[in-house]
Amino acid sequence: MQNLEQILTDAQREFSACDTLVDLDQAKSRFLGKSGALTELMKGLGKLDAAERPAAGAAINVIKQGVEQSLQVKRDAILAAEQAQKLASETLDVTLPGRGKAQGSLHPVTLTLQRIEELFHSIGFEVAEGPEIETDFYNFTALNIPQDHPARAMHDTFYVDDQHVLRTHTSPVQVHYMQDRQPPLRIISPGRVYRVDSDATHSPMFHQVEGLWVDEEVSFANLKGVVQDFLQRFFERDDLEVRFRPSFFPFTEPSAEMDMSWNGGWLEIGGCGMVHPNVLGHVGIDAEKYRGFAFGLGVERLAMLRYGVNDLRLFFDNDLRFLRQFS
Amino acid sequence: MIFSEYWLRTFVNPDISSEQLDHVLTMAGLEVEARESVAPDFSRVVVGQIVAAEKHPDADRLQLCRVDVGQAEPLQIVCGASNARVGLKVPCAMVGAVLPGFNIKQAKVRGVESFGMLCSAKELGLAEESIGLLELQGDAPVGQDIRAHLELDDRIFTLKLTPNRSDCLSIHGVARDVAALTGAALKPILIPLAVVQHQVQRTIVVEQADACPRYCGRIIRAVNAAAVTPLWMLQRLQRSGLRSISAVVDITNYVLLELGQPLHAFDLARLSGDVHVRYARPAEKLELLNGQIAELQSDILVIADDSGAIALAGIMGGQASAVSDATTDIFLESAFFAPAAITGRARRLGFSSDSSFRFERGVDFAATRQALERATALVLEICGGEVGPVTEVLTQLPVRDPIRLRVLKAQAILGIALDQGIVSEVLRRLQFQFTNNGDEFQVTPPSYRFDIAIEEDLVEEIVRLHGYQHVPALPPQASATMLPAGEGRLPVAALRRSLVAADYHEAVTYSFVDESWEHKLQGNTSPIRLKNPIASNMSVMRSSLWGGLLDALQYNLNRRQERVRLFEIGACFASDGNDFAEVTRVAGLCYGSVSPEQWAAPARDVDFYDIKADVEILSRGHATYEAGQHPALHPGQSARVMLDGRAIGWLGGLHPEWQQQYQLPHGVMLFELEVSPLLVHVAAPFIGVGKFPPVRRDMALVVDENLPLQVLLDTLLAARCAVVTEIALFDQYRGKGVGDGQKSLAFRVVMQDTQKTLTDEEVSVAMAQLVAAAAQKHGAELRS
Repeated sequence: MQNLEQILTDAQREFSACDTLVDLDQAKSRFLGKSGALTELMKGLGKLDAAERPAAGAAINVIKQGVEQSLQVKRDAILAAEQAQKLASETLDVTLPGRGKAQGSLHPVTLTLQRIEELFHSIGFEVAEGPEIETDFYNFTALNIPQDHPARAMHDTFYVDDQHVLRTHTSPVQVHYMQDRQPPLRIISPGRVYRVDSDATHSPMFHQVEGLWVDEEVSFANLKGVVQDFLQRFFERDDLEVRFRPSFFPFTEPSAEMDMSWNGGWLEIGGCGMVHPNVLGHVGIDAEKYRGFAFGLGVERLAMLRYGVNDLRLFFDNDLRFLRQFS
Repeated sequence: MIFSEYWLRTFVNPDISSEQLDHVLTMAGLEVEARESVAPDFSRVVVGQIVAAEKHPDADRLQLCRVDVGQAEPLQIVCGASNARVGLKVPCAMVGAVLPGFNIKQAKVRGVESFGMLCSAKELGLAEESIGLLELQGDAPVGQDIRAHLELDDRIFTLKLTPNRSDCLSIHGVARDVAALTGAALKPILIPLAVVQHQVQRTIVVEQADACPRYCGRIIRAVNAAAVTPLWMLQRLQRSGLRSISAVVDITNYVLLELGQPLHAFDLARLSGDVHVRYARPAEKLELLNGQIAELQSDILVIADDSGAIALAGIMGGQASAVSDATTDIFLESAFFAPAAITGRARRLGFSSDSSFRFERGVDFAATRQALERATALVLEICGGEVGPVTEVLTQLPVRDPIRLRVLKAQAILGIALDQGIVSEVLRRLQFQFTNNGDEFQVTPPSYRFDIAIEEDLVEEIVRLHGYQHVPALPPQASATMLPAGEGRLPVAALRRSLVAADYHEAVTYSFVDESWEHKLQGNTSPIRLKNPIASNMSVMRSSLWGGLLDALQYNLNRRQERVRLFEIGACFASDGNDFAEVTRVAGLCYGSVSPEQWAAPARDVDFYDIKADVEILSRGHATYEAGQHPALHPGQSARVMLDGRAIGWLGGLHPEWQQQYQLPHGVMLFELEVSPLLVHVAAPFIGVGKFPPVRRDMALVVDENLPLQVLLDTLLAARCAVVTEIALFDQYRGKGVGDGQKSLAFRVVMQDTQKTLTDEEVSVAMAQLVAAAAQKHGAELRS
């Protein structure tokens, strides 16, 4: 039996000295092969007495299992080491940049418009659009601004011909929209507008969103509610307040200037008011039955405040160093 | 409207600070644009009078002045100003005075003690530049603090008035509103009627009664037109931004500011015959006070005498009849001209005047005479003279009809709680006349309010006095119905997303462009021109987005950007001579390397097929392409993009000629498509997914090298049998093994039967059909 223990110890020693599967197989054959040490012992069993044979066989089997187990452990170890080496050789510098592609970006005016549309859509406003070359009628007259009215001087208008202008606001869209429909109506009309004005804080082209809600029971307080709700959601600030100041727009009565609380002060953010009965009358809506409110917001202004852009002109320079910041 | 706070407070003096007054005005719709002190802070400066002056013993240019400042002894002050002279009253800064920028100490000047300093306007911070000492008027009380004497603690308010509030284009008007807003008492204007001293009158003939419902005139004789305008008046005019012209003109300007009534004084000696109010005659001309010679159109109202037009009614006087220092007798005019008769005329002539600005918006027609009396009183006070009777021509003044005002309606419009008491109180404070029957009011707006015509106008007045800031912010109530969400049309945002994913940055370029872009890039010789462009390179409306994108490309190249990929979505404009059409287009521009410079792939300039892939994605594979010619594009690299049989745009490389003109080192790839057809989305009908494996076979066809792929593909698609589900090009080859003038096109053909596995024989038959069709139509040969 001493001999058997010795065999196991020898096998374990030899296996552990192996570095490759080939070496291990050779070592294996020295113990378990046709003329391996254990095979020889098994062959020798036949020479023993029948009475001794079972015990001797069992003893050999125990050792044989021990040898096989050692072999398996070593085999696994070698396989694992080889795998590890293979993987190590395949290691990449994962900090190298990805291949090929890049992403573009949306213009901050678009980002702002999308946000505005999304917020108003969530309370049932649809988007309506209209032409940028407008007739004098839609841009002014239908909005209660007759020819030679001093309010026209408030709009520095680009003229295309005697009858056509570049729209000075997106308010004409509400006229087009109301002509075709009856209340209740809830729309916003985003788009480009034009004024003859160009300096550090004015662009001859800019974007506006006009909002309109016409129904039987809407009020000035509701207008304030909607505008405040919008601004709080847009800027993600629940403490933001809206202040109304009396103002004048020929197409609303009462009219208000909207101020928003900002860094301890107030910022002008747009104009608004209750739709003037004459405007409803122009489009055939019964002004005694229905009321409406309308508001106009400057998109670049909102974008500047939202994204901290400090110069209006950046929006129209199309400098990639600016545009990329919005990807 | 610019005015002195002190002046305002002579009419209404609420117990609130300047800052609070500013807030009250702003929150009432009379926005305070600016509020400035008339003088910087300084102290210990009083009215001094030079009682003696002698030469400084050691300096030629200096004088030793003895200055009475109301103390027991005059002060000895050394002064270098050339206008220092005995008797003159000047501001005197005493020892210890703190002036803007420096302090006054007792000092020796060239060895002589000096106990203060005589000051110029500049030294007191009252002017940017000044020459010599500030000369005070002879009646200035010696020893009085100069701040009190010149009212230097006053502030100047600048109001940004909306066009509806013409009633606030005067001190008195603003005071009236402040009284209504604060409850402070409004000082009534008490103007004594002048005692008539002679009976000379001019006949006034108003030929256009509707344009001039009221005209008052009066002759004042023997005035001293060269009289000096008193300090108090001068100061108020200056603080309203008006400079002094002459006593008579200053008086008319003063009354304009005080009461809002424009007045005009004519030199009576230069008036010949009756005074007429009429429209200008054909080819009539008038030299105006501003030196301009106006050519008058027939809708311009004039004041005329026998010689012709002498003034533009309600706008500006004429040069020939103007009052001068030599004038002795004046004809003073105070009239009401209807807004419609004045409006727009001055603007057409290229200016605006204080008078036209007010008449266009509406002047109180009940105060015409009062203003004339006020001006008369001031003329007598300042210039002396003998007053004649008022000649008045009065026809139909504007009617102020009572307006119904319902408390419930006001409440519904505003969304705030109101009652009869609140409404009455507001109307009382506004001094609007009213009667009421319970909650229903009849309100008659006053003559000075031209903006109150309907119930809503009164509702605005109620909320204005109630305070806009007190209106609560309430969410509206509406029925919770969902909005339609059609699938048949994609949102424009889908195109944007797709382009952003394809590495384009969105640009926003101007809708008005340089006319040459339209000529060169679009061959458009008659673009839509603006009548009043802001700059010559922004003078026509774009018919394409390419010009703006190319401009943005150059802008970026000038800033060392080497790879530029931009897109824009926006309106393009066209005219058919009568009407204007607007089409929203999407355009893209690619310049430089196809992908960002990197380690993993070799650099390559973007080419036609790169940008075509982007267009294919935008059209979701539905568009087809045919070679075509476009002025902006390379003749051999441009394609007309077709969708559903209609041309929707272009794709190609910028013409080398323009590339050279724009000095671009590399080629530019461009596309432009109409947006609307790209948004049409037809949800494809469901086709069963086959249970049996598809079969792929490849074939290479050798054809004439000028045969467009699309033509061959159309043949193959037409000839395919039902099991062929896809035919796609995967290689194009010219060269060895393919004859000269020929090319080999390799196709992948995918076949699938939904019912069974295809046999080799069926596959071979299907392939043979394709090859045969190509051979028959295009002489194609199968490449072995």
